[in-house]
Order: sequence, then structure tokens, then C-alpha cells
Amino acid sequence: MSVPILEVIDLHAAYGRIEVLRGVDLRVPKGAVVALLGPNGAGKSTLLKVISGQMEQTSGDIHLGGVHVTGAKPDDLARLGLTTIPEGRSVFPNLTIEENLLLMSYAGVPAERVFETAYSYFPRLHERRFQLAGTLSGGEQQMLAMARALTSDPALLLLDELSMGLAPLIVDELYETVARIAQSGVSILVVEQFARTALRVSDYAAVMTGGRVVATGEPDEIGSIMADVILGGAA
Amino acid sequence: MTAFLSYTVIGLFTGAAYAIAASGLVLTYSTTRVFNIAHGAVGMVFAFVYWDLSQRQGLPVWLSLVLVLLVMAPLTGVFIQRVLTPGLGTAPVGVSLVVTVAILVGMIGIATQIWPENSAARSIPQFFQGDLIHLGGVIVTPQQVITIVISAIVAGGLYVLLARTRVGTAMRASVDNAELLSLYGGRANVVAALAWAIGTSLAALAGILLAPIIGLQYYDLTLLVISAYAAAMLGKLTSLPMTYVGAMGLGLAQSYVVGYLQDIPGHDKLGGLPACVPALFLFAILVLLPQAPLRIGQVKGIISAPVPTIKRSLVFGVLLVVGVIVMASGMADSTLTNVGTAIAYSILMLSLVLLTGYGGFVSLASFAFAGVGAVVYCKVDQPNLLGLILAIVITAIVGAIVAIPVLRLTGLYLALATLAFGQLMDQLFFTSQWAFQFDNPLTAHRPSIFGFSFGREGRYVDLMAVMLVLVALVVIAIRRGRLGRMLIAMRDSQAACGTLGLDQRWFRVGLFAGSAGIAGLSGALLAGLRVTISSSTFIYFNSLILLMIAAVWGVTSITGAVIGGAFMMYLPVAQSNYPTYAGLMFVVVAVGAVILGRNPNGLTYWMFRVPGWIQDSLYPVLADRYPGLALKARAFEVSGEEDEALVPVDAADAGHNSGEVTSDVVASR
Repeated sequence: MSVPILEVIDLHAAYGRIEVLRGVDLRVPKGAVVALLGPNGAGKSTLLKVISGQMEQTSGDIHLGGVHVTGAKPDDLARLGLTTIPEGRSVFPNLTIEENLLLMSYAGVPAERVFETAYSYFPRLHERRFQLAGTLSGGEQQMLAMARALTSDPALLLLDELSMGLAPLIVDELYETVARIAQSGVSILVVEQFARTALRVSDYAAVMTGGRVVATGEPDEIGSIMADVILGGAA
Repeated sequence: MTAFLSYTVIGLFTGAAYAIAASGLVLTYSTTRVFNIAHGAVGMVFAFVYWDLSQRQGLPVWLSLVLVLLVMAPLTGVFIQRVLTPGLGTAPVGVSLVVTVAILVGMIGIATQIWPENSAARSIPQFFQGDLIHLGGVIVTPQQVITIVISAIVAGGLYVLLARTRVGTAMRASVDNAELLSLYGGRANVVAALAWAIGTSLAALAGILLAPIIGLQYYDLTLLVISAYAAAMLGKLTSLPMTYVGAMGLGLAQSYVVGYLQDIPGHDKLGGLPACVPALFLFAILVLLPQAPLRIGQVKGIISAPVPTIKRSLVFGVLLVVGVIVMASGMADSTLTNVGTAIAYSILMLSLVLLTGYGGFVSLASFAFAGVGAVVYCKVDQPNLLGLILAIVITAIVGAIVAIPVLRLTGLYLALATLAFGQLMDQLFFTSQWAFQFDNPLTAHRPSIFGFSFGREGRYVDLMAVMLVLVALVVIAIRRGRLGRMLIAMRDSQAACGTLGLDQRWFRVGLFAGSAGIAGLSGALLAGLRVTISSSTFIYFNSLILLMIAAVWGVTSITGAVIGGAFMMYLPVAQSNYPTYAGLMFVVVAVGAVILGRNPNGLTYWMFRVPGWIQDSLYPVLADRYPGLALKARAFEVSGEEDEALVPVDAADAGHNSGEVTSDVVASR
């Protein structure tokens, strides 16, 4: 078996004295889409923060493509091909769409190509390219955020709660985009509270509660035990 | 007409210099959201550095300029950004104000330490002095032309940088969300450092350009910042074109006021007006312009200091009064004056405890209110309780009058408005014939209360101690009651208070009035102590020092206020005892404020922790070693007694415990 693109081993992390991650083990195989599910406060978003370098772990290891990356800065990781789309609208509201796209070129793809790819995927962004991102609708903002996943040509994509505050129809659209990105061979780790949507596009799934991964498996399997896991039946 | 044109030229020159300073301010603010009150002070220090290099050491002008503007100033900017202000952008406004005010005080300290005030006046010659340009009857100096041209270049350059380049876009992005910028792969730290380097360099440039005209002085150049703020505020601290317009408008207005003031009847009473134009302009803009909406969720780990019970504070109060009486009976008059001054400053600190510590509003005009109290007490000339009460009431009314126009302002804008008010009082009111005129001392008589005379110094100090304890009791009573809960709630979240239906407007006015009243009492008592008192006691700079010391010793507790008051008294004493280190002491206080400013409870916070630490750490060790000793370690459950000791309202603590419990449950499955 080849080296997984992401391997998390016995990861612990804490906010001050509150321990949030208590020994997380997780693997994302190369080219796979892994859905990370779990209830509120399970530590999913914290896990993504630690992987993306925004937060330091207290112990444990993270390997990206077989390389140990403890202590790496988020901007360095971003330039090396880790694209993280954090929770909420991850765009700059006081910049125009074009300026938002311009900043996406920091990840290493020339600005011209970023514009080209983004506008061909989302023609609507081209129509409004001089409009402030903050004045877009929630779905359009998330589109702009997804444009970064599309244009920056990542080795690994971390998605946090794409569905937050959006209409189900738009969520479905967004996950179609995720599926399209997955087809191009990008490995993706999707964090989602709404299990069914995420399971539809994923190859594997893992469930977190109380700061640990308590179950992993095929999407169908996980889908059938989700309720038990979250409500405390299995563990 | 010629006169008008030459005033216009002067106005454009001043406006151009303001524009350079203001655009530096806008750049740093819009990139890191740290509002650098020390902007003018930084310009001042670099004007001194430039003087030192070019005049004292005789380096060529171009080399000095390159060294200052391209090497030293940018490095200082990066130092400030990296070392002194990291993380301030997201901190509560009070904290970032304290830290930047500390930088201001530190800068003045550095300047007075390295270039002490001496008889030989320092001056920077104008560029190409003597080559005058005649433009149709108007004489223009090369300095003016150079400044105006440079300001245009700066404006254009900054516009291109911010709107047309990727790093400029990143600068604007980082203010919204620096963390997101780093997820994009942008170097948020580098971007911020670059902005501070450029901003500091622009401050230095403005200082160097203005110094030949307004003189190389510590305070005048520091006040350049008020003009810069005023201009930047017109652009809401983000729009560079509006900032430029504001700076030019301000420069012209100031020049016309200077030029045409003598044509107005009664101008001799308004001698301080020209210097106040920037402050008035700032005040007007703050009050008239629409404000940013409330920011929600600004509470960040504020741990409240313990509030003693009334009984306990009574005991401490009586002890303090007895202590002062015993001490005062055997003291020389000069020492007594110092003790009295310390008490007066402690009362002034208590006004800050109420306003800043509990209410969360930063005021930069404490001494202005104290000055009002002193003037009222002297002018009313009722050496009895009535005089003191009048001083309190009238100062409270002034406080309310100040609070009403700034009702809508919060945080930063409010602090700026108080700074502008402080400067107005300083230059317009205190110098007027209703008050001190030009530093004429006023005479105050010590009061007699209920037929009991406090004329002797020792007696008077006793009276002051009683007053201090009374004010402290009132403050504690407010904090413990319903008003106190409202205050804390308002400090933590104005938006939440709004949704609960709390009318904050009159409450705020009342808070300001109360705080001003306490400050007025402090001023009146100080006037009685000194017998003759002059306006130099109440200069605005003292308010900044007071805020520093409040930050060092803690502004949320009575203990902090009393210790801080003593310290405030001791600082000038120490400075006159060791004049060679006078400037250095400012720097030390400033460094202390930078370090401790992040926790509003200050040093007192750590003092309060000592008993708990002894109980938690020392007692068990001792009990282990000497089993015979009956020492009880602090129990985990919080009893009523413990409530008063500093048990921080610490979310981490509670979370940790509950976390342990859950993991135990999981393990037991």
C-alpha cells in the first residue's frame, strides 16, 4: 500500500487547559475522499486547525505525504499544496472577487491561471468580479471559497462544514463541485455535521466524538451506525 | 488677496505634512487594526535622530535622510509590530490603547533621556534655506514645495501599493482575517511588518518636514498625532483619498484661523485657539460622522479582580486612615505633601477604576477633569464641605456634558474624543482668564468642616485619607450592587445589553459624570493641599502617565488604584532626585505597561494570587514535611469565603474538570 497523503497518529491538542483532541488516529489514502463526521464539540474543526498549522498539538504526529510536519506554519503548508477551507465564509469580505482570486495565487499558481480556472468553473464570479465579496450571497461566497480549492491545484484539500448556514439545494451544488475535484485525483478530507450529504461523495468515513476517532469504515457501514455512535450506543 | 494666498500656501504645506503622517497611520491601522497613538511620538523621536545625525554629527543631509527614513524608522516599525504589538489587533480596544499609549510615553522618555532639555535650542534648518520662490507676490519656501510634492508622491505611491499590487491587497486582506490569509499562503506577519515599516517611515518623514517650522520639541511634535487622527478619521481610518482631503482641509483651516484670528473681536481671549484646531476638528469629525456598528463577541478572557465585601473594606479603610494619622503626626511637611499628593492621585485612579476598570471605557482626560475640580474649588472659594461638593458636582456636570455628544462612540473613538477633550481643556480652558491664564497659580484655602479646621498640613492629609476611604467604599458599593452588575454586563457586551432592553445611554452619561466627579474631588483636594496650584499639574500628558500606571498596577481593583496613586506621586519625585535617569523612568513605566497591559488587573492580580499560591502549593509541602502543623490546603469546592479570594472566573478551569470526568467515564466503559 502506498504512503497515505495524510496520516495522523495519536494526536492531542488543547485550548489552554481544555483538552479537545485526545489521541486522534486518522489516515487519508492518496486520491481518496474521507468524510469526518461527528456531533458538535467532537473536535473535528480543531483537528483541521492542527493539520493546517493554525494550532499546535500538545503531542502526537502528523505526516503529510510521508513527511513529518509538526510545527510547520500554515502559510508554508499552503504553499506546499495543502488547501484548507475553514468553517464559515472563508473569503475576504472587503475585497472584490478579483482581489480575492489574486490572493489565491499565493499558493503557487500564477494569477492569470487562477482567474481563468475560477471564471470557467463559475461564470457568475466573472460577471461580478469587481463586486465586494461581502456583498455576495452566502452560496456565492462559498463558491468563491471553493474556487480556491479548484484553482490552487492542491495535493490535499481540507474542507470544514461547507454546509454551514446554506440552503440544502446550494449544499448539494457545492458537493457536486467536491465530487468533481475528487475526480481530478485530489485527496480530500471533508468535515461535516450533516452526514448523509458528505457520505454520498466519500470513499471512506470516520466518526469523531469526545476528541477521538471512534469508528472508521465504508460510507454505507458508517451511515448505518452513525446514530448509535453519536448517541452513545457504540464506543 | 495676497495675504489670503500666503495663508493658503502655509495651509497647504501644513496639510501636506499632516497627510504624510495620516497616511502612515491609515496604513498601519488598515493592515493590523492597531491604532498607533504613538505615531506622532515616533515622528518626534526620528526628527531628533535626524537632527543628531545631520546637525550634531555633521553627516550630509542626504545620508542622514537615507539612514533615518530607509533604515532606522523601518526597523523600528518592524520592532514595534513584532515585539510590542503582536496580537493587539484582535485584543480589546482598551488593551491596544494602553500598549500604544505606553509606546508614546516610552518614546518621550527616550527623547528626554538621549536629548535632555537644555538651554541651547536645537533646530533643523529648512531644506534649501534662503532660496525663496516668488509666485505673483506670494513667497514660497522650497521646504513648502518639497513637502507638498512629497505628500502627493506618498499618496500616489500608497494608492498604487494598496490597490494595484498583490502584497497591497494582502495588506487589506490581513485586517479582515490574518489567519485566513495564511491559509491562502500569504505571509501575514511579513505583510504586517511591511506596513509598519512604511508607516513608521512616513511618521518620521512628517516629523522631519514639520520640525523646522514648529520647532524640535517633545510634546508639540507628539501632538502631530491628533492632526493625523483628525485627517484619518475623515477617511474612517481606511480611505486614503478622504484622509488626504481631511489633512488638507485641516491644514488650511488651521492656517486661516492663525491668519484671521486678529480680525475677530475678543481674539485676545482665544490665544489658545490655533493650537486647538486639530483637536476641535477631531472632536467634530468623531461626533458628526456615522460610526461603525457595534462589534459583538469582544470578550476575551477578562478575569475579574476580587471584589471585597463592605465589611472587609471597612476594616481595611479604617486601618488605612489610622495608619495615615499615625504616620502624619510625625512627618515633615514636605513628606506630608507627598503623602497627600499620593492620596489625591489614588482618588483620581479610583475614577479610572469606575470608568475603565468596571465600565471598560478608556479615558485619556482624567487630569483635565481633575483640573476642572481644582479650578472650581479655587474660584468658588468656599473653604468648607460646600466647596468640595460644588467641585464634585460641577466637574460631574462637565463630565456629563462631554459624555452626551460622544454617546454613540465606543472604544477607540471614545478614547480619541477624550484625548481631544483633554487637549482642548489644556490649551483653551486652562489658559483662559476664567482659569489659570498663562500658568498663573490659583490660591486655594483648606476647608474647615463642621467647625473643625483642617488648616494644618497633617490634619489636611488625614482628611484626604478619610475622603479616599469614603470614595473607595462608594466605588465598592457600586460594584457590589445592581449598578455594578450592569456596568460589568455593559463592558462585556453592549450588544447583549441592548437585547436585554438596558438603556445604556443615560447610564453611560451617569458613569462619566460619576467618574468625572471623583476626579473633580481629587483635583479640589490637590488644590487645597498645594495651596497654590497651576495648570502645569493638569497637562494632558499626565493623563497618559496615569493610564500607564493604572495599567501596570491594575485598574480593576481599589488596591491597584491606591498603589498606583502612590506610584504616580513618586515618579516625578524620583525624576527630580535622579534627573539623569528622568527619561529612562518613563521608558521603564512604558515597558511595564506594554508587558502588563494585556491583563487589565495588572500587578495587583499577581499580588492577589500570592495567598492562594501559598495555600495551594506551599501548605501541602509544609504539611508533608511537618505533619504536626495544622495547615489546611484549599479545598476544591468553592466556599463563600473563597469567593472573595481571587478565584478567577476561569472557563479553562471548569472545562478542564468536566473534561476529566468525561474521559473517566469513557475509560470505565
